[in-house]
Amino acid sequence: MGKTKALTGALLAVATLTVAGCSGGGAATGEIAAAPADPAGVSGEIKVLTHRTDLVQDGTLKRYAADFNKVYPKVKVTFEGITDYEGEVKIRMNTKTYGDVLMIPAAVAKNDYPSFFAPLGPAGELARKYRFSDKTEVDGKVYGIAQFGTANGFVYNKSLWRKAGITTWPRTPQEFLAALRTIGDRTDAVPYYTNFKDGWPMVQWTSNVGSVTCDAKATDKLAGPVSPWKAGGELHTIDTLVHDIVKQGLAEKDPTTTNWETSKALLAEGKIGSMMLGSWSITQMRAAAKQAGGSAEDIGFMPFPAQKDGAFCATLVSDYQQAVSAHSENKPAARAWIDWFTEKSGYSEREGAVPAVKAAPMPATLKDFVDNDVTFVERSEAETAVVNEIDNAAEIGLNKPDYRQKLIDTARGAQDGSLQDFFADLNKKWDEAARTAGS
Amino acid sequence: MTEKPPNSPRTVTDPSAPAPGAPRPRTAPGTTVLTAPASAEAGAPTRTGARAAAPRRPAPRSWRDSPLRRATPWFFLAVPLALLLTFTYVPVASMISYSFTDWDGVSPHREFTGVDNYVQIFTRPEMFRVFFVSGYYLAASALQIGVALYFATVLSFNLRFRNFFKGVLFFPYLINGVAIGFVFLYFFQDGGTLDSVLAWLGVTTDHPWLGDPTSANLSLAGVSVWRFTGLNFVLFLGAIQSVPGELYEAAQLDGADRWQQFRHIIVPSIKPVLSLSVILAISGSLSVFEIPYIMTGGATGTSTFVIQTVKLAFQFNKTGLASAAAVVLLALILLLTWVQRRLVPDDKVDLV
Repeated sequence: MGKTKALTGALLAVATLTVAGCSGGGAATGEIAAAPADPAGVSGEIKVLTHRTDLVQDGTLKRYAADFNKVYPKVKVTFEGITDYEGEVKIRMNTKTYGDVLMIPAAVAKNDYPSFFAPLGPAGELARKYRFSDKTEVDGKVYGIAQFGTANGFVYNKSLWRKAGITTWPRTPQEFLAALRTIGDRTDAVPYYTNFKDGWPMVQWTSNVGSVTCDAKATDKLAGPVSPWKAGGELHTIDTLVHDIVKQGLAEKDPTTTNWETSKALLAEGKIGSMMLGSWSITQMRAAAKQAGGSAEDIGFMPFPAQKDGAFCATLVSDYQQAVSAHSENKPAARAWIDWFTEKSGYSEREGAVPAVKAAPMPATLKDFVDNDVTFVERSEAETAVVNEIDNAAEIGLNKPDYRQKLIDTARGAQDGSLQDFFADLNKKWDEAARTAGS
Repeated sequence: MTEKPPNSPRTVTDPSAPAPGAPRPRTAPGTTVLTAPASAEAGAPTRTGARAAAPRRPAPRSWRDSPLRRATPWFFLAVPLALLLTFTYVPVASMISYSFTDWDGVSPHREFTGVDNYVQIFTRPEMFRVFFVSGYYLAASALQIGVALYFATVLSFNLRFRNFFKGVLFFPYLINGVAIGFVFLYFFQDGGTLDSVLAWLGVTTDHPWLGDPTSANLSLAGVSVWRFTGLNFVLFLGAIQSVPGELYEAAQLDGADRWQQFRHIIVPSIKPVLSLSVILAISGSLSVFEIPYIMTGGATGTSTFVIQTVKLAFQFNKTGLASAAAVVLLALILLLTWVQRRLVPDDKVDLV
């Protein structure tokens, strides 16, 4: 008995110590990670954490590093590709070793940025040069620079749409549904593919908030008990379209077993009509089209079917933001890498994405948008922290697939309830959370 | 158990059997098993005698006297204990401590919120609604135990290709759960393996197997049966094979058929393993995770309590609340196990 007690005591002691030891990260100095004035003078080794494991494996990033070394010969850059980037980096941020340069995980609350990252400069200065800098602005200082941004819309198979006789972009959700019906009637293709199983492609719908009414501050306006799914609200318009597509049988027959990798080839071959995705996907779809024996020209990109004053709008949202770790020992070198990678590497051009640098031109992938005078709306991120807080408190997940999966289940009758009840429930959850958490 | 119950197999099936310990003329020559109980009984007094004699012997220093010697078992235990502490008890302790905070999983700041998280869990009935899904898996476990028991019994007798069949049955358990999830995703796909096989049999169906909650849960529970039958099977087979062979022989001589052998020899002898399987089945059905998480991600009404907890922690950054949910699940499983142990006490099995 005595032994058991002693053992239990020791166990508890160890446990308590560990718990105490775990709490608290490191203190950050708040000193600005400034770019070095003399490229040849900066030296040191920096580690870059990235979610692009593909670019680590095929050596693309190493080639970037080699180019970087032509300007900064004394900086050694190493990369660490992480498959489950969000999950792993989030946990690693409880320690002090999370690389020198990293992409800011979505899980980190904005107010915690100063304790994890080194500031990169005053807001005004960076906002003049870069898009999306307000996304990481805390107390007048910016903590991250976007790698690039994306516009949102439908990737579609142009030749298939032409075959069905549709040559102009639908201007309203009703026209869009009619177009999908025509494709369903006149071809064998599945007019729209949800990618329900993989989930994340359904999150892309949320990025259209702002496109519908051409309002850069549309997301900011969600910060409060505003019932986002009330009639006339942007999320109401967007999610009603999702619902109607599925309800009218314009999506794939069995959404529960969809497959993202296959869907690329199917769209390229004209077996799928359209998918809601970011402009980052155009490059991949064009590659798939070429592989399938077609041409890159087959893949088109159209904005959300809504117009304001006769013009389409497309919200620009930021991809991952690059930051310098507050615990980095080579902050100038890390900053030099971020600046060089964003401005000079040609990365965003290669990805066909919207450059973070304001002065740079729109990529070739968005030529359709530029030619048709689509207005680009750069999403304001002023209230993102509050919106995320409400979203998490309500357990809805605007940027998570779950609620939209439920929406689709409701639309195809796998789940009881009507669309009205579904929206009412979401509104209720949102407003309640906003009243308790958003204040 | 020194007293023999009146209905012990030998007495029932062979009334003419001589008293225990006496020579048994009916045994075929070469069967040595029968001597086991006899020698045990004969050996007992000797052993007791030896133990009793020990203090009388002039033993100058017992091994217990040296402190180093006394510490020896602990040296052997040090490594496993350290591993156990590091990877089980410390994380559990941290989890319990998180459950009293509002930690979001990353932030360096966390507030102590007392029992708030627990209050929240117990005032949100929808958090427990997912346990209905566990019902599917519980029913599946019952089926699984039945199937495993059937095959274990059949394959414990001498059959042709019996090792091959053992391998076939155990194989699924060796496959990684994630791989199983992916394999069955193709299996249930529209026009996938299941549909093709049914088409060969002349059944054409348009049914989306993972398409509605009932069908999806049944499909997933089916996968779980496929995966875990092997484990139950091996446990049962091991227990059945530890039954001394002469019991069957004796039973056969007395004219007991296979069913009677199963009912009166096999079932009583594997009772502890059977009750262990039931405990595993119940705790397993309450904490199903891998297969539904990979195959459906909890969509279409297939969410389980663990999936819900994981989503709270990693999607909505409510690590504190999720920890509390995990503690509640742990407590629930401990409680159910305790109740079950009270209802079905684990008494020793003694066939002889």
